[in-house]
Amino acid sequence: MAQMTMIQAITDALRTELKRDPSVLLFGEDVGKVGGVFRATEGLQKEFGEDRVFDTPLAESGIGGLAIGLGVQGFRPVAEIQFVGFIFEVLDSIIAQAARMRYRSGGRYNSPIVFRTPFGAGVKSPELHSDPLEGLLVQSPGIKVVVPSNPYDAKGMMISAIRDNDPVFFMEHLKLYRSIKGEVPEGEYTVPLGKANVVQEGKDVTIITYGAMVHTSLEAARLIEQERGVKAEVIDLRTLSPLDMETVIASVQKTNRAIVVQEAQRTAGVAAEVIAQINEKAILHLEAPVLRCAPPDTVIAFGQIEDEWVPNAARIVGTLKQVLDF
Amino acid sequence: MFRGDHMVKAVTSKDYSIRLEPVEMLKVLSPEGKIINEDMVPDLTDDQLREIMRRMVFTRAWDKRAVSIQRQGRLGFYAPVSGQEASMIASEFALQKEDFVCPGYRDMPQIVWHGYPMYQAFLYSRGHQHGGQVPEGVNVMLPQIIIGAQIVQASGVAMGFKLKKQPNVVITYTGDGGSSQGDFYEGMNFAGAFNLPVVFVVQNNQYAISTPRSKQTAAETLAQKAIAAGIHGIQVDGMDALAVYKATYEAAERARRGEGPTLIETVTYRFGPHSMSGDDPTKYRTKDEQGEWEDIDPLIRMRRYLESKGLWTEEEENQVMEEAKATVNEQIKKAEQTPKMTIEGLIDSMFEVTPQDLEEQKALFAAKGDN
Repeated sequence: MAQMTMIQAITDALRTELKRDPSVLLFGEDVGKVGGVFRATEGLQKEFGEDRVFDTPLAESGIGGLAIGLGVQGFRPVAEIQFVGFIFEVLDSIIAQAARMRYRSGGRYNSPIVFRTPFGAGVKSPELHSDPLEGLLVQSPGIKVVVPSNPYDAKGMMISAIRDNDPVFFMEHLKLYRSIKGEVPEGEYTVPLGKANVVQEGKDVTIITYGAMVHTSLEAARLIEQERGVKAEVIDLRTLSPLDMETVIASVQKTNRAIVVQEAQRTAGVAAEVIAQINEKAILHLEAPVLRCAPPDTVIAFGQIEDEWVPNAARIVGTLKQVLDF
Repeated sequence: MFRGDHMVKAVTSKDYSIRLEPVEMLKVLSPEGKIINEDMVPDLTDDQLREIMRRMVFTRAWDKRAVSIQRQGRLGFYAPVSGQEASMIASEFALQKEDFVCPGYRDMPQIVWHGYPMYQAFLYSRGHQHGGQVPEGVNVMLPQIIIGAQIVQASGVAMGFKLKKQPNVVITYTGDGGSSQGDFYEGMNFAGAFNLPVVFVVQNNQYAISTPRSKQTAAETLAQKAIAAGIHGIQVDGMDALAVYKATYEAAERARRGEGPTLIETVTYRFGPHSMSGDDPTKYRTKDEQGEWEDIDPLIRMRRYLESKGLWTEEEENQVMEEAKATVNEQIKKAEQTPKMTIEGLIDSMFEVTPQDLEEQKALFAAKGDN
C-alpha cells in the first residue's frame, strides 16, 4: 500500500472519481493548469481535459452559482474555494441555494456538489485563510460537513462526498496537508459520511475531537497516561454534520467522563452541540460535567500567536484533569 | 443616428478614455401600433402574433384576479406583473421548449407559459413545497428570492447544455435593482469567459421596490453593462412585444450558434405595487408618471397593431379574459385542495437519505412532547 500525504490522498480521490464518472467536474481558481495553490488538482487537467478540470474567473459567488446550475443539469461539481475565508463571498450559493435545493424543489432538483476548502491554524497563513468556520456550516440545514484528519479518511470521504447526492462542505486542514503520511489503498474505497472513528480505545475518559486536534489530543492522551496511568479514548468525529452521536454516547457510557476539543472558538459550535446531546442522551452516566477545550471567542489569532491560541496538548491535559478530578 | 443592429458599442475617444456610442433603443411598434422599423420586424406568423396577444391579455387578467384573491387571503406573497407583459411574454415566446428559464420571483408568467402548472405557482405563493416540484420535462428553476442568485446559476445551467452538446439556451430575468448586484456581473462575466449560451434579461421597470432606477447606477443604460463583461448588449422598448421578441430571438439564436451571451435591457414599467405586502407606489412615484406609462401600455399597442391587420377583435379579447378568470379560479381551487405539507415531509426532504439525527428529531416532533 502506498504511503501518501493528505494532499496526495485527495488528488488520488479526485482522479479516481474523474476516471469513474464522466459527470464529475473540477473547477475553481487556479485548479486547472497549475493544479491548485496546494497542488491538490495537479496533473488532472492534463489527464481529463479542460472541459472537466478548469480554471474559473476569480469570483467565488460565480463559482457557487456555476456549481448549482451544473448540479441541476446532472453533473457532479467539485468546486474549490481557494481558502476558507473566501467562503463568505459564496455563502449564498452554499447555504441559501445548494443546501435548500432539494427541499424547496420537493426533490425535483438536488445539488450533488462538493465544496472543497482548505482551512486550519498552524501554518501562519494570512488572515481569512485559516478560520475555523465549520460551526457556521454545521448550523446550516441541508449540507453535510466533513473534516478528515488523515490521508486514508481524506481519500475515502472525498469519494463518498463526490458520490453523495446532497451538498458536502469538505474542509481540508492546512497543517495536515503534508505534515503526516499514512497508508492509502489504491483505487476505489469509501469511508462513510456521518460515521465517527474511535482512533484510540480507552476506559477512563473520552476525548471527542476532529481535524488537526485529533493529533494534538492523541499527544495529550499519551501525556495523561504517562502522568497518571489514565487511559483516554479518542474519538475523531470526521463528519460534523450529521454528527455520529451513537459512537460518542457509547464511549461516554463506558468512560463516564468526556471533554470536547476543537480548534474553533468556544461558543455555539460543534463542542457545544456534542455536549448538549451528551446531556440529552447520557446524563446519568456522567461522573463530571463535559468540558470544552477551545480557543477564546476572538477572531483567529494572527500568525505570531496562532500556536498559543489553538489548544495544545498541555491545555488538553489540563482540561482532562478537571473532569478526572471533579 | 440609426444603427442597424442596435447593439451597445464602446469606442475610444480622443483622450483615450472609453466611452459609449449613444445607445439607441430598439423599437418596432409605435404606441399607436404602427411599424416604425421595417428592418427589425420579427418573422412571426399571424397565428404566432395572435398567440402573443392572447398570452398577454390572459396574463393581465390572471394578474388582476391574483391580486384580488391575494386580498382575500387565498395567496401568500404575490408580485404583480401588469405593465410588463410584453417584456415577459414576448421574451419567453422566443424560446424553445427545451431552453431553460431561471426566473426571479416576479417572473411567474414566463415559467407558467414555459410549462410550469399555474396551481403550483399558487402553491409556491401559499408556502407549499409542491409549488417547487417542477414537473419533469419542464425546464425552469424555481422563482429566485435572492436578487442575482439566478444569474450566477444560469451560467451553470448553460455550461451544462454546452458540455452535453445540447443546442439549448438559458434565459434569466432580473430587474433594474438586480443589475446592481455583484452576482449580476459575475454571472455575465462567467458566461462571457466560458462563451455560454445565456440570455440575461434585465426588466427595467424603473423601481426596485421604491428606489428609482436613477439611484441604482451612474450608467446611462443598463444594457451597457454588457460591455464590461465583453458580451452583447441591447436596450429594447419593453412595452413593445415585437421589439422584445426580436431582441430575444436574435440573442437566443446567437447563443445557440455558439456566438456568446447577450444582455437585454427591456425598458418597462410595473403598473401595480412591488408586492401585495403593504407597498404603496404613490409614496415614490407620481400619478402623472404612472399615467404616461399607462398610455403606452403594451396591450394597447399590440391590440392596435393586430386590429389593423385584421387579426384581433374585442370579442376575442373578452373571450380570452373570461378564459383566464375561469382558469385562475380553477387553479386556485386546485391549490387550495392540495393537502397541507407536513413537518415529517419537510424533514425527509432535506437529504436524499434522512440522517439518524434528523430521524431522531422527527420522532421527537411526532411525540409532541417537549422539544
